[in-house]
Amino acid sequence: MSLDPATVRRIGKLARIRLAEPEVVALGAELNGILGWIEQLNEVDIDGIEPLAGAAQMALRWRDDVVTEGGMRDALLANAPDREGDFFAVPKVVE
Amino acid sequence: MSYVVEGSSGPWEVVIGLEVHAQVVSRAKLFSGAATAFGAEPNTQVSFVDAAFPGMLPVINGVCVAQAVRTGLGLDAQINLVSRFDRKNYFYADLPAGYQISQYQHPIVGAGSVEIELADGSTRRIGVTRLHLEQDAGKSLHDQHPGKSYIDLNRAGVALMEIVSEPDLRSPEEAGAYLRKLRTILRYLGTCDGNMEEGSLRADVNVSVRRHGEPFRTRCEVKNVNSVRYVMQAIEAEAKRQVAVWEDGGTVGQETRLYDVARGATRAMRSKEDAHDYRYFPDPDLLPLVLDAAWVAELGRHLPELPDAKRARFMRDYGLPAYDSAVLVAEQATADFYETVARGRDARLAANWVIGDLFAAFNRTGRGIEDSPVAAAALGELLDLMADGTINGRIAKDVFELMVETGEAPGAIVESRGLRQVTDTGAIDAAIAAVLTANADKLAEYRSGKDKLFGFFVGQTIKSMAGKANPALVNEALKRALG
Repeated sequence: MSLDPATVRRIGKLARIRLAEPEVVALGAELNGILGWIEQLNEVDIDGIEPLAGAAQMALRWRDDVVTEGGMRDALLANAPDREGDFFAVPKVVE
Repeated sequence: MSYVVEGSSGPWEVVIGLEVHAQVVSRAKLFSGAATAFGAEPNTQVSFVDAAFPGMLPVINGVCVAQAVRTGLGLDAQINLVSRFDRKNYFYADLPAGYQISQYQHPIVGAGSVEIELADGSTRRIGVTRLHLEQDAGKSLHDQHPGKSYIDLNRAGVALMEIVSEPDLRSPEEAGAYLRKLRTILRYLGTCDGNMEEGSLRADVNVSVRRHGEPFRTRCEVKNVNSVRYVMQAIEAEAKRQVAVWEDGGTVGQETRLYDVARGATRAMRSKEDAHDYRYFPDPDLLPLVLDAAWVAELGRHLPELPDAKRARFMRDYGLPAYDSAVLVAEQATADFYETVARGRDARLAANWVIGDLFAAFNRTGRGIEDSPVAAAALGELLDLMADGTINGRIAKDVFELMVETGEAPGAIVESRGLRQVTDTGAIDAAIAAVLTANADKLAEYRSGKDKLFGFFVGQTIKSMAGKANPALVNEALKRALG
């Protein structure tokens, strides 16, 4: 499997990363290297083996339906690049 | 009669499927301990998980899982004992993590169905493809500042059930009936409050058109329609648009659109051009969701009586017509009210009073079943007063109006205002004699063969007795007097 430059550009766009043309070439080579490495895994025979969700054989932990958090607006907003009053503020999203 | 859009080249069939987002009733969010209550101060119900701070891990809320399973059972659906969570990736300012935790290939609930009732009395079973759990996003406010959008994350991370229908719906009416019925079922189950104004229930509408007998053509998705009426309007507008495109020799492309209520038309959403590439992958923070079959069965045993079963019981046990039964079971509170009135009384009469007089009083007073101006027990008492002959049916209407106005008990109203039915035949005979004397001309006409005037004399007699006369006794006495 090999990624063409158009696919690399599209991946970049979906990830909101602006790619200059030389970067498309370089990143394409890197991504193809990773994909080639992953493809080696296809050589392993997995017939009859159940998919494994994780290395730890444990069940998903459930929480009770109890309110345990909240009321910490200032702590949340303290790291925001921009705030207006009680809100996070971002460049206007036009629809 | 099936619904079609008449184009210049003939009729077109409309194919509709709905994706309904129903906010789960729970105290805390799907993966965090922040509260879900509506209307809180901005950003006060947000945990570090909801705001996607680095290193925060989601832990699933068991009640949200139970609510999804109960909903699945209420939709007669397959419950998947193993399901998985995936990340659905997209960028938007009110989605702090850059992905929504959702269920893609392995939803918690599989195929089910909803039976809808149409205005002509027919019913249709609409397929439900699946139901999955996912997180809601935050809320963006675009109109507070000329150059900025404001973000409130209170809703971010609240549990949603996305309920996807098969493309089985064929008209705006069917889509409206489906959405209403789904809302009723959710409210009975208590898994979603169904409040469309507050956004607890929102629909994405998939619409395509085709010639009769053709395979499906390309569909468009109209996003985030938040009332039954708008869903119906959006379908009509979008179907007409697509017919015009096809008949002009054009091609409908798959796209996401918005319904513009003011213009009554749909328009393309530019921001969603790339939206169909969500690059789903299994969320590495969450193990598979594994349910115990016995736990699922236990939830099933404790489901409330659902609307279809209740409607069938009303028809069977109370002898009500299908339409009346459907009206009464649309809201559980109305059904409970009705049963309180009907118990031990004339069930059909009780239905007429609830559907007729009580609903009219709601319209007039702007109140509803939750804050009814007349309690169920009081309406029952009014029916008792009619049944034992204390008042007649006409006076009962007046007493009911006074109950609505004053909140007094019917018995007290009858006593304090002297509305007891007159059964004293002497008084009735006297009233009849006076009426016949005062209307000598009509009496002569009657005697010369104008039988219809009998009703006139009955009316005049009852009126002269302030409506309180027993109509049956007046009839008898008149027959004697005229005989």
